[in-house]
Amino acid sequence: MKARIHITLKNGVLDPQGKAIQSALGAIGFDGVDDVRQGKFMEIELAETDETKARSTLEAMCEKLLANTVIENYAIDLGD
Amino acid sequence: MSAQNDPASFEQAQALGLNADEWGVILKRLGRAPNQTELGIFSVMWSEHCSYKSSRRHLRKLPTTGECVICGPGENAGVIDIGDGLACIFKMESHNHPSYIEPYQGAATGVGGIMRDVFTMGARPVALLNALRFGSPDHPKTRALVSGVVAGIGGYGNCVGVPTVGGETNFHAGYDGNILVNAMCVGIAEQDSIFYSAAKGVGNPVVYVGSKTGRDGIHGATMASAEFDDASDEKRPTVQVGDPFTEKLLLEACLELMAKDAIIAIQDMGAAGLTSSSIEMADKGGVGIDLNLDLVPQREQNMTAYEMMLSESQERMLMVLKPGHEDESRAIFEKWGLDFSVIGQTTDTNRLVLHHEQAIVCDIPIGPLADDAPKYDRPWVPAAKQEAIDPSTINAPLSTGDALLKIMASPDMASRRWIWEQYDHTVMADTIQLPGGDAGVVRVHGTKKGLAISTDVTPRYCEADPVEGGKQAVAETWRNLTATGATPIAITDCLNFGNPEREDIMGQFVGCIQGMKAACEALDYPVVSGNVSLYNETNGQAILPTPAIGGIGLIDDTALMATLAFKNVGDTILLVGETEGHLGQSIYLREICDREDGAPPPVDLATERRNGDFVRTLIIERTINAAHDLSDGGLLVAITEMALAGGFGAEIQPSTMNDLPDHAYYYGEDQARYVITVSSDNADSVIEKAKGTGVPITKIGMVQKNHLTIGDQAPILLDDIRASHESWLPQMMA
Amino acid sequence: MKTAVVVFPASNCDRDAAVAVEKVTGAKPAMVWHGDRDLPEVDLVILPGGFSYGDYLRSGAMASLSPIMEAVKRHAGRGKPTIGICNGFQVLTEAALLPGVLMRNANLLFVCKSVPLIVENNNTKFTHNYSQGGTISLPVAHHDGNYFADDDTLDRLEDEGQVVFRYADNPNGSARDIAGIINKGGNVLGMMPHPERAIEPQLGGLDGLPMFEGLLEAVN
Repeated sequence: MKARIHITLKNGVLDPQGKAIQSALGAIGFDGVDDVRQGKFMEIELAETDETKARSTLEAMCEKLLANTVIENYAIDLGD
Repeated sequence: MSAQNDPASFEQAQALGLNADEWGVILKRLGRAPNQTELGIFSVMWSEHCSYKSSRRHLRKLPTTGECVICGPGENAGVIDIGDGLACIFKMESHNHPSYIEPYQGAATGVGGIMRDVFTMGARPVALLNALRFGSPDHPKTRALVSGVVAGIGGYGNCVGVPTVGGETNFHAGYDGNILVNAMCVGIAEQDSIFYSAAKGVGNPVVYVGSKTGRDGIHGATMASAEFDDASDEKRPTVQVGDPFTEKLLLEACLELMAKDAIIAIQDMGAAGLTSSSIEMADKGGVGIDLNLDLVPQREQNMTAYEMMLSESQERMLMVLKPGHEDESRAIFEKWGLDFSVIGQTTDTNRLVLHHEQAIVCDIPIGPLADDAPKYDRPWVPAAKQEAIDPSTINAPLSTGDALLKIMASPDMASRRWIWEQYDHTVMADTIQLPGGDAGVVRVHGTKKGLAISTDVTPRYCEADPVEGGKQAVAETWRNLTATGATPIAITDCLNFGNPEREDIMGQFVGCIQGMKAACEALDYPVVSGNVSLYNETNGQAILPTPAIGGIGLIDDTALMATLAFKNVGDTILLVGETEGHLGQSIYLREICDREDGAPPPVDLATERRNGDFVRTLIIERTINAAHDLSDGGLLVAITEMALAGGFGAEIQPSTMNDLPDHAYYYGEDQARYVITVSSDNADSVIEKAKGTGVPITKIGMVQKNHLTIGDQAPILLDDIRASHESWLPQMMA
Repeated sequence: MKTAVVVFPASNCDRDAAVAVEKVTGAKPAMVWHGDRDLPEVDLVILPGGFSYGDYLRSGAMASLSPIMEAVKRHAGRGKPTIGICNGFQVLTEAALLPGVLMRNANLLFVCKSVPLIVENNNTKFTHNYSQGGTISLPVAHHDGNYFADDDTLDRLEDEGQVVFRYADNPNGSARDIAGIINKGGNVLGMMPHPERAIEPQLGGLDGLPMFEGLLEAVN
C-alpha cells in the first residue's frame, strides 16, 4: 500500500524558507502571493494491506520520527 | 540507443566527441568496430578531461621532483614530506561545467571529489580551499550562481567536517558564461601508510565500496570537454547529486580499513566512474581486470553495462584487496552502513573484460585505452605583447583617499566574509589562521607544525601576458605562504582555459605553463598534482586564462607564525621591495580609470626569492609584528587590509618618490613586495639588515589608532572603510 | 572525571571534544558508538557537534533514536552531567531531554564565526567558573541554530533560570536570543556555540576552558 505524508509547519511557527520562496516568486514577477509555507512530502511503500493498521503504523512513524510535533503537523493520505 | 552489443558506427562515435582519426585508431587496435559499451568507454577515456590529450606534452615541462616530493603528478593527489614521518597529500580540481549548470550540486560534488582524491591515498583531509571566478556582478545569472556555489561548498564540506580555510573569489565579465569552481583539498597521512592506485598481482579481488550506482552524471567527463552553447541548460540530467553524509562514512570506513594490512590499490570513482578507475588501476599495475557488472550495487533498475560503466554517481571507490581480507573489509564497510561488493578480479590478460547478464559485453586491451590515448600537438600562437603603461600618462580622477574607499568596496577587493562565514573554518580545532589573511594555516594535529595554504592567480595578468601571468600566479602563492612565516614546499594547479583548438587559446596555455615552469624552478617549488579544464567557452567567448595555483608551505613552529593584522600603536611600518609604479592591468586602472589594458607588472624571480627569504627570516627570528604581501591594489590596499584586520589605523608618510605620481606609488602593483611592521626600537636594525642583504626597504609610516592618514590627505576613519569594504558583497547578495 | 563522547554517523566534532576533555582532565574519554546500547561508567556524557545522519529529515532527529540514546537518557535521569554541543543540542531536543527545537537559521545561511555570549546563569555544574552576567566569546558553526519554543515554554525557561547562555548579537534568529539551555534538574545542558573550539589562545580563545574545568571540579 502506498502512503503519502505531508509535513507542514504549525501555524505561528516562523518559516524563513517559505518567506524566501515568497520573495523570490515576487522577484520573478509572480505578484499577489500572500504567503508561502513550505514543508516536506514523503511517499512510503508499505507491505501492510489493512488500511486501519497501516494508518496507525504511519501515525506512530510521524509521532516518533517523521515529524517534530513541537513545530510540525502531519497529514496522511493512504491508497494509490 | 541500439542494443549494447551491436557494433557502433562512426556517426555514433562523433556524437560522443571522437574524431575520424581517433575512430580509425580504435578500429585498428580492436581489429573490429567497438560495440556500444566499448565505444562509450573509449569516448570517456579519450575525452580531454581524462586523457589530457591537448595539454599533456606541455604539462611535462613543469618541474615535478624535489627533495620533499614523495609522489608527483599521476596519482590521485600529490604527496610531500613534512617531516616527523608525516606526509601532506593535496590536489586542486575543477568542477566548472557542472557548477554552471547546477551550482549547488556542481560545487558540492566538486568538493566531494577532491576530498576523495586525498583520502583515497590514506590521508585524513584537514583543509579545503576554493578558487572561484564568477561573471560580472551585474550579470543576471551571477547572484544565483554565487549563492548556489557557496551554499554547495558549505553544504558538503561543513557536513563532512573539514574546515574551509581559504580561497579566492573574482568577478569578471569574462566568466559570464563559464564560471570557475576550483576546489583544493589538503590531507595528512603517515608516510608508511600511503595508498596508490596500481593494481598489482593476478587473481586478487576487485571490490566496489560506497554508494550505489545510478544513472547520474553519465558523460560528465565528455561534458567537461566540450564548449557550452545556449542549449547547455538541457544538459542538466548529467549533473550528479552529492551526499556528504555518505562521504563522511566512506572517509571513516576507508581510513579504518587502511589501518589494516588489506589494501593493494585503491582509486576514487571520479570522472568517468567505474571505467576510468578500473582502467587506470589495471594500466598502472600492468594487469587486466575482469568485472561482473551484475554484482555492482545498483540504485536504479535495468541499468545497462554502458550506463554502469559511465555513471558518475558520487561517493564510490574501487579497491583491489589482498586475497583473504574480504571478510574483514566487508565488516568495516557494513559497520558504516556502506555497500561492499566483490565485483571482479585482476587477471594476466591486460584486457578489460566485462560480464553482464551472462554475456561478455566488453573485451578490450587496456594499453590503447590508457597509455596510447591520443596526444595532440595543437598549433598555437603567442599572445600579443601589450605596451607597459607610463604612470605619468594616467590622470588621477579621484583623490588618493577617495580612490582607496572606492577600491576597498570594489567587487574584487571587497571583503569575502559573507562567503567564508558560510563555511565551517574551525572544525577539527586546528585552524590557526582564518580566511581573510594571506594564507589559511592549520596545525599538523598534535605537533608544533603548521601547514600554510593559499590559492592564487591573477587572470587579467595572464590574459595580458601569459608568461608573466603564469610566473605571477606561482610567485603570489609563494609570497602569501612566506608572509605567514612558512617555507613554501610545493604546488598543485588547476589550469582553466578556453578551447585548445583555437591557436590563441593554446598560446595562452603554453605561455602560462612557460611562466609557471620558470617560477617553480626559481623558487624550488615543484608541481606535484593538478588538473586541466579546457573548453571553458560559451558561444565562442572564452574565459580569461586562469591557471589557479594552490601552494603549500610548512611552518616548523606555529608559535612563530605571522599574521597581517597590525598589533601595536607606534609600530613602524616598512615596505620591503622596490616600487616602480606599475599600473598596467592594475585594480586602480580598472576601478578608478575604467581601463583594462597595459602590460602586467613583470616578475623578477630572483628578487622574489631574495625579498621573501628576508621577510621569512625576520618572522622566524620574531622581529616582525605583522607581515602582508602586496598584490591586487598595491601598497595602500595592503596597508588598509592590515589596519582592518588589527583594528588599528596608520599614518603613512607622503611619497618620497618625486618622479612618480602619487597614484602610481600607492596603487601600482609591482611584485616581490611586502609590508611589515616592527616595534620602533627595532626599525633601524631591520633597515640595516635589509641593506646588508641588498633588499630594498623603506620606512613608510607608523601604526595609529582608528584613522588612516595618507600623506597630507584628510584622515579617513577606519570604521568608514570597514563599512564599505564589508557591505559590498552582502548587499549584492541581499 | 570519566567522560564518554558519543559518536553518531557523521558526528564531526567528536575528536575536538575528546581533545578538549583530555587537555583538561588528562584522561582520554571513551568514544562510544551510536549503535551500542550501554555507556561505560562515566561522570560526563558529551553529544558532540556534526551532521549526524547528514542532518537529513531534521537535524538530530534520527540520532535521537539511536540505541545509545536510551543509555544517555538513563545517565541523565540519574542526575549526571550531560552536554550536547551544536548537533548534540539538536539531538537533546529531538530526544525531549530538553524542550524546544532548533530550526533553520533565520537568514537561511550556515554561520561560522566567534560570537559574544552573555552568561545568564552561572549557578550550574557547567558554568560556575564564569561570572554571572559576564560576556564570553565562543565560535558558532551551524545551519540550524534558531531556537524555537512556544511562549509558555520560553517564559518557564526564563523563570526557572534555565536559559544559561544568551547571544549578545543574535546570529540565527533564536527566540529571546537563546544560545544554551539547561534542564530543570540542572544536569543536561544544550548549547549551539562550541566551547571545545575555544580552549587555546591560538584557536578561538580560552573562553571554553572554564566550562570543562568547572565540570571537572563539580564531579570530583
